[in-house]
Amino acid sequence: MAIRNREDVLQNIDWLLVLLYLVLVIMGWFNIYAAVYNEEYKNIFDTSQSYGMQLVWIVTSLSIAFMILIIDGEFFPSFAYVLYGAFILLLLFVIVAGVEVKGSRSWIGVGSFRIQPAEFAKFATNLALAKYLSNVNVNFEKLSTKLRAAAIFVIPALIIILQNETGSALVYGSFILVLYREGLSGNILLIGVAMVILFIAALLVDEWILILVLGIIAAGSFLFIRLRRQNILVVAGLLVGAAAFVHSVDYTFTNILEPHQKKRINVLLGKEIDPKGAGYNVNQSMIAIGSGGLIGKGYLNGTQTKYNYVPEQSTDFIFCTVGEEWGFAGSILVLGLFVFLLLRIIFLAERQRSSFSRIYGYGLASIIFIHIAINIGMTIGLAPVVGIPLPFFSYGGSSLWSFTILTFIFVRLDAYRFQILR
Amino acid sequence: MNVFSDRKYIISFIFIGLILIFLIRLFYIQVVDDRYKLAANDNALRHKIEYPERGVIYDRNGDILVYNEAAYDLMVIPRRVKNIDTLDFCRLLDITKEEFIEKLTELKKKKFSSFRPEVFENELSLETYATLQEKMYKFPGFFVQARTLRKYPMKIGSHALGYVGEVDDKIIKENPYYRSGDNMGLSGVEKTYEGPLRGQRGVKIVMVDVYNREKGSFENGKYDTASVLGKSLVSSIDGELQQYGERLMQNKIGAIVAIEPSSGEILSLISSPSYDPNLLVGRVKSKNYRKMLVDTLKPLYNRATMAKYPPGSTFKLVNGLIGLQEGVINENTLFSCSRGFHYGGLTVGCHPHASPVNLRFSITTSCNSYYCNTFKNIIQKYSKTAIGFSVWRNHVLSFGLGNKFPIDLPQESSGNVPTVKYFDRYHGAGRWSPISVISLAIGQGEMGVTPLQMANYAATISNRGWFYRPHIIKSIEEGRIDTIYRTKQRTTIDRKYFIPIVEGMRNVVVAGTGRIAQLDSLTVCGKTGTAQNPHGKDHSIFIAFAPMDNPQIAIAVYVENAGFGATWAAPIASLMIEKYLRREVKRIEMEKRIVDANLLPKKEDWISKK
Repeated sequence: MAIRNREDVLQNIDWLLVLLYLVLVIMGWFNIYAAVYNEEYKNIFDTSQSYGMQLVWIVTSLSIAFMILIIDGEFFPSFAYVLYGAFILLLLFVIVAGVEVKGSRSWIGVGSFRIQPAEFAKFATNLALAKYLSNVNVNFEKLSTKLRAAAIFVIPALIIILQNETGSALVYGSFILVLYREGLSGNILLIGVAMVILFIAALLVDEWILILVLGIIAAGSFLFIRLRRQNILVVAGLLVGAAAFVHSVDYTFTNILEPHQKKRINVLLGKEIDPKGAGYNVNQSMIAIGSGGLIGKGYLNGTQTKYNYVPEQSTDFIFCTVGEEWGFAGSILVLGLFVFLLLRIIFLAERQRSSFSRIYGYGLASIIFIHIAINIGMTIGLAPVVGIPLPFFSYGGSSLWSFTILTFIFVRLDAYRFQILR
Repeated sequence: MNVFSDRKYIISFIFIGLILIFLIRLFYIQVVDDRYKLAANDNALRHKIEYPERGVIYDRNGDILVYNEAAYDLMVIPRRVKNIDTLDFCRLLDITKEEFIEKLTELKKKKFSSFRPEVFENELSLETYATLQEKMYKFPGFFVQARTLRKYPMKIGSHALGYVGEVDDKIIKENPYYRSGDNMGLSGVEKTYEGPLRGQRGVKIVMVDVYNREKGSFENGKYDTASVLGKSLVSSIDGELQQYGERLMQNKIGAIVAIEPSSGEILSLISSPSYDPNLLVGRVKSKNYRKMLVDTLKPLYNRATMAKYPPGSTFKLVNGLIGLQEGVINENTLFSCSRGFHYGGLTVGCHPHASPVNLRFSITTSCNSYYCNTFKNIIQKYSKTAIGFSVWRNHVLSFGLGNKFPIDLPQESSGNVPTVKYFDRYHGAGRWSPISVISLAIGQGEMGVTPLQMANYAATISNRGWFYRPHIIKSIEEGRIDTIYRTKQRTTIDRKYFIPIVEGMRNVVVAGTGRIAQLDSLTVCGKTGTAQNPHGKDHSIFIAFAPMDNPQIAIAVYVENAGFGATWAAPIASLMIEKYLRREVKRIEMEKRIVDANLLPKKEDWISKK
């Protein structure tokens, strides 16, 4: 093996990750072109059309990526809290002075140029979380540590909820995976999963029947498993907790949620059928994807996305174009590339010498993952319709820049790994 | 190393697991479940139907009997109607909002039809069409479809040509070609020749966007089918003659059928009362149709092919021919007549004339006695009445009487020539004789013949023993018609026996009961008839052909409840012959007398008869 120059960034960056990034971005660009394809504007470089603009975003993203790569590796841990603080302030500022777009006050305008700070707060939050958890003095066994770590991502999430961007806020929940990797009890994840199941069940089944069923399960566990006294208390506690949760879900649903939110949830759960109303987007999206068949209709031959049956076809519903024009084969390719990307990030994260870089890597993977999960899940009717973009694919400057920054900070940290002394 | 580093596997597992769930779901909706493909086609594909123009029908001289005129229908796809300015829309169509809503909900209720275009309003006026066309973009879900309507420039031949109408659910079920809203021929030539006239509908598949704007043809028209134009027909009808006949028959009930003997082509087919065929076209159709349906004079009924009348004295010609063929008489055979035919207690009366009579004179003077004797002798030639009667009947049937030909029109009655079985049932087997059925000798009794059969009968005699099955279409766009209309039908009577009969018929016009039908130098041959009618006054009948030795036209005329054949039917037949052979009628006074005559039953007569 040739001797590496440990200080030459370009020699040390993970070109495979960069390649994956480029492939996804370019595929995204071509699919945006197909999604809004119009005979009158055939030129993919036409900046009056969104695909032309996306090229602008891609080129600027690459410049940003290059700039990140030439920044010193030490810069990110050093300025993590500063960046985090700055973005929290910016998020708060948006609530006061933001531009309202489609009901959410999450944009700030500079001239004709608009950006969404919530997108960029992700990388700052990721940096701050990595900084906090990598601190050698932090003891993760302590509850206060856990709570502080959680606060780092819950605070921006709450501010974003105040901006009426619930979807974007949801993304911050993915940091729980990072905490898990760093030692958070697996039970918390299990409880999280159990809560999701209970949440759905509470909406589908009558509250009291559900509590009765939970009681029977608890009683069953007393009978069939020999329990120590301590565990009996745990089971009992869980039962009470679950019942309270179920009740509060029910209460929230009937008394707090707005009618349109209720309707969306009901449609998602299949309790209501409403192909023209709340279910319209999902219905049309599934028609577009489902009509693709095994190998798709062929590039630019889709009818559902091109002719505007699918709303937001170049942004939140970009996956419809993949499904319609490339079929199941295209679905496998794109999802395969994403899995490959996620596993590559985990692999890279695990090889880091510094826990800061590792934690940042897991944060990156978690954010990309939750975007994929919600975005694609939404297009195939498995997740509620919350407007969050598909990483690297969806049209939009803020989103692409944000994922570029997130990714290339990690590329930079990874390239810097040899300079970190154990 | 970090103590929790094994958790990378669990996290990887979560990532891979969820993506796998997605892939399973995607496999299901993309590969397994076909619903989405159908829904996508439903969304983006429109089947545009192109109706070809229906074939034009010409008369034998090349004049147009039926052609097409453009009409515009307002179509709607109920499920796509949304957010339209109802008020504006209703104002354009001149309907109320309630009517609009009612119409739309009714269309929505139809099964499977929510995405299929339905007719919202038929035949927009040109004004409405023009204004609507400009504002169409404001009314998603609606569009205008052009189609054509039948137009009858000469306003004649309603019974023969028939009419076109919308298919009903029963037709759609029987014939999958048709769809709701389609038109098809429902009677007359329009029905018989529906196939060639209709042509073949074309379908063009176009893609539309979410705003229902067309975006070009689907897969470069790979699945499109071109429409095939309807074929034009040439009818054997002589438009001018038909028009003239309809004028002569105005205010009369009855029928005229004229045939070209050498070909069996129907020159005119008139059933009276008639109506302007344009009345049964388009949006005025249902109103007029209902009106005519309840009319006591039954204008919709095609008497020329459907009505069964007794042939009366015209039938004597057949009996004469059968007598000659069977050898029971020859042209010199004499029968005496003293005011009728007397047998036992039975008398068939006759008008006073010289006696005895030979065959030719019996025709000229229409002697009843002569034919009663002849008929009796024909049957008594055989050992049993039943055998003799069957022989007689077969001769009669060979003239095309008593059966459908069939002609190329949907409505046709077979007429009635009674059978041995019928009389066996009526009198008891072996318990009847020619005397019991003697009224058949003079064309009365159980005989029922349609005017069409009578005309063919006249043509057969003019041909001296053969005919082509009558038909009303000469050619289908240069193509030939069915072979059944090109095959000669022969009677059971030898040609030579026709000579005295034809001479007798000539004499009817020259010196007999039909002198009124005489037409200067034209050798018109004819026979009068007066059919007794249990329902009222006798029917006036005349059959004729001309010229005697090169027959161009054979004709049968029935005028209901008009009295003697010579009074009304004979002059009408004569005028028709003149019109056809001379193209111009010189006997203005006769024509005026006929045209002006009103022989319709008085209202009281109709009421008392019920």
